[in-house]
Amino acid sequence: MVETAKLAPKDFKSDQEVRWCAGCGDHAVLSAVHRSMAELGLPKEKYVVISGIGCSSRFPYYMNTYAMHSIHGRAAAIASGVKVANPELSVWVITGDGDSMAIGGNHFIHVLRRNVNLNIILLNNQIYGLTKGQYSPTSLEGQITKTSPYGTVETPFSPGELAIGAKGKFFARTLDNNVSLTTSILTQAARYEGAALIEVLQNCVIYNDKAHAYITDKEMKDDRQLIVEHGKPMIYGKERNKGIVLDGLKLKTVTIGENGITEADILIHDAQNPDPVLHQMLVSLNPPEFPMVLGVLRSVEAESYDMKFHRQIEQVKSTSNKKSLQDVLHSGNVWKV
Amino acid sequence: MTDTKDKITELDDVVIRFSGDSGDGMQLTGTLFSDTSALLGNDLLTFPDYPAEIRAPQGTIGGVSGFQVHFGQSEINTPGDYADVLVAMNPAALTANIKWIKRGGTIIIDIDSFTEKNIERAGCVKDPLQQLGFRDYNIVKAPITTLTREALKGLNLDSKSILRSKNMFALGMVYWLFHRPLEFTKKYIEDKFKKIPVVIEANKTVLKAGYYYAETVEALHPSYSVAPASIEPGTYRNINGNIATAWGLIAAAEKAGRKLFLGSYPITPASEILQELSKRKDLGVKTFQAEDEIAGVCTAIGASFAGHLAVTSTSGPGLSLKTEAIGLAIIMELPLVIVNVQRGGPSTGLPTKTEQSDLMQALYGRHGESPLVVMAASSPRNCFDYAFEAARIALEHMTPVILLTDGFLANGSEPWRIPDIDDLPAIHPPIVEEGAEDFQPYRRINDELVRGWAVPGTKGLEHRLGGLEKMAITGAVSYVPENHQVMTYERENKVKHVQRHIPDVKVYGDTSGEMLLIGWGGTFGHLYTAYRQLKKEGYNLSFVHFNYIKPLPANTHEVLKNFKKLLVCELNLGQFASYLRLNFQDLSFMQYNKIQGLPFKIEEIKEQIKKQLEVQ
Repeated sequence: MVETAKLAPKDFKSDQEVRWCAGCGDHAVLSAVHRSMAELGLPKEKYVVISGIGCSSRFPYYMNTYAMHSIHGRAAAIASGVKVANPELSVWVITGDGDSMAIGGNHFIHVLRRNVNLNIILLNNQIYGLTKGQYSPTSLEGQITKTSPYGTVETPFSPGELAIGAKGKFFARTLDNNVSLTTSILTQAARYEGAALIEVLQNCVIYNDKAHAYITDKEMKDDRQLIVEHGKPMIYGKERNKGIVLDGLKLKTVTIGENGITEADILIHDAQNPDPVLHQMLVSLNPPEFPMVLGVLRSVEAESYDMKFHRQIEQVKSTSNKKSLQDVLHSGNVWKV
Repeated sequence: MTDTKDKITELDDVVIRFSGDSGDGMQLTGTLFSDTSALLGNDLLTFPDYPAEIRAPQGTIGGVSGFQVHFGQSEINTPGDYADVLVAMNPAALTANIKWIKRGGTIIIDIDSFTEKNIERAGCVKDPLQQLGFRDYNIVKAPITTLTREALKGLNLDSKSILRSKNMFALGMVYWLFHRPLEFTKKYIEDKFKKIPVVIEANKTVLKAGYYYAETVEALHPSYSVAPASIEPGTYRNINGNIATAWGLIAAAEKAGRKLFLGSYPITPASEILQELSKRKDLGVKTFQAEDEIAGVCTAIGASFAGHLAVTSTSGPGLSLKTEAIGLAIIMELPLVIVNVQRGGPSTGLPTKTEQSDLMQALYGRHGESPLVVMAASSPRNCFDYAFEAARIALEHMTPVILLTDGFLANGSEPWRIPDIDDLPAIHPPIVEEGAEDFQPYRRINDELVRGWAVPGTKGLEHRLGGLEKMAITGAVSYVPENHQVMTYERENKVKHVQRHIPDVKVYGDTSGEMLLIGWGGTFGHLYTAYRQLKKEGYNLSFVHFNYIKPLPANTHEVLKNFKKLLVCELNLGQFASYLRLNFQDLSFMQYNKIQGLPFKIEEIKEQIKKQLEVQ
């Protein structure tokens, strides 16, 4: 196939006016998606973006690709249909914490279990924004919202924990305000052959402002974020002297140079390890005791559902003695009159 | 007693009902008998009647599984009201089925199973045999269990396996009674148990034992013969509605040059469509067993967006779950076939039984103004034709189509003249090709108001679809009030215009007169048979049957208005009658309804027609 001239991020922008609130984290994610698609180098017609319902799900209208703004919670299922129909397409799912963790929870776990080759971007702002401020399945316990005026009494989901529990093979986490990290993660996720879940910690400036402020704080962010990379030690901090070690069956933060700790003691990140135990522990680390772990936490190689699906069809077709519908109609007990 | 041994009585048609415990293999026994009869050239129709429980407590009425076959030397359109022969493997089967036997009919029972314990299990205070009027029936008390054991004495088989062969003994007896050869069944047994020679041996031995027992025992004489039907030359096979539906969809995909995708979730009585299409991966069919009904339809919508002939199959409660997504397909104007194999409802209702009570749900059971095409198959074999039609309309008119079948059609089987796929018409979906100038997703490309289908992967046609209201032509999101009205009409009229592409409804009998009998969907065979019999008896009666529900055929009003009385018969509380009233307010409709999870009986329809004809 002849590659067309390399596309720029702006080529992926549609002519529609972007209607998110000023200051909403979605703008930066949109920009990262445009950049990543340009970076990946596929022609526009090969991209399909499918969203559910919610603020973030307005995404498709701002894409100059094939796209569908579908119904609440079902984007993963619709995208699975697109991908199975045409595995040559690069199919992206845009969803939110309400869309994927609540109404679409079933499709969310099954798309990961099946390992359908999709890029699933979950914008997690811990609130229902489009319906104007009710708590979501990722809202913190005790959070005051319109439907929890006295605080929620529910335990929140952590999308990463759920993804790994659902046999997810790829999980990454990023922040809306870090466009270059998001772009890099999106590109890695798109190149990954399987269901890639990218959780974007995203700020809702109207209904849940500063939900991630502790992590994104300009002054302190280096001490509060650990950006992992496969094969590299889990070192973070303004002075690059903090790290994560395994202490018995628990993770622990340490300072290099204190208590005899050297860089060699720090855990090396192995995103490709099929054993989910350490990934699960990293996903669950929460500030303030720990940094928030960002980057590609888990990326385990496995054949995708759509590959297996088509391989099976090809194999059955090649060995079957039924080559046409006519053969099927005439199989078994037939008789002539 | 006179010697009747060599007498053979000729019969036009016969109804046999096989019944036993749900583990007794009655469905298989019935199917084997039907296949043999079909191979001998009889026309036939079968009706499996089984409980929802896979294995209800042994010997109870709740666990009785029945299979009725009606075969004959002329056209057979129903499984028959009453049976000429009942095979009852235990007291529960006899008790459950006695009301379905014709006076004078033959009852074959396994007398060994009529123990005190089994009689109690069947919920009987007294032996049901003693309650039968002996003069009314020809009762054959065959020691089936004992003779099966006896026949298999030489083989090294455990007791459970021996008892499992009992059904072959009964089948052998019935084969003798109707002069059927054993060859087809023997062949079936050999293929089925290829890897277990001892089971082949056992089944064949018991089958023969039953056959010879029947020949010997006095009570079964005379035997009967049913001549082959005079049917159109061709190659035939038996087919049930679910398989016919699956194959019709494959044929349509082939004729449209599209791949077939089925997104579905198992549900009785529709699962067989998913099962059959899963086997057809050998033809490249894509089946996706989804995590729920919603994902079933949603994956299909995704596949439709991507350019496939997309289908989802379900039954009533599943259709309810798919409703929201169907609304999405309607506003996105994507082709989609939704097969609803109706069962008794509401809720889990009577999942293994038949009913026509999802009509209103199919027509109106959605949010917003959401028109789609509704059609219904009317015989097991024409499920093939209407599945093909549903796909043709969906693809050519860019609309969701609900195809209604039902438990009776889905599980019932009849001989089918295998069509030549080459003879089926081509289907022309409005695919927009690369290079199309000034493509607009919602531009109407013909008088039928159909929009073009631009498939992802096609260069230059990138566009956005979605659930928000679309601006006419461009498809951009629009909240303009007037535009919503324009689009609502466009969607409604697009479905209306399908009427230009469907055949007129056919009138059986005179085109005017005293009474028009009206039906739709799976009741055709019963209504048609009742009509024919009454016509023969001299009644002033005509008959129409609808396969296209929305839109109705163009001549519908013209046909209906010429009759004094319009009698709508359906297996619900009058949903089609209400729909006709809504469409034709100048006409008045009478109705006859049955809600028992069972098909009509010809007798009850005839009685009803006679009664309504008398009403002034």
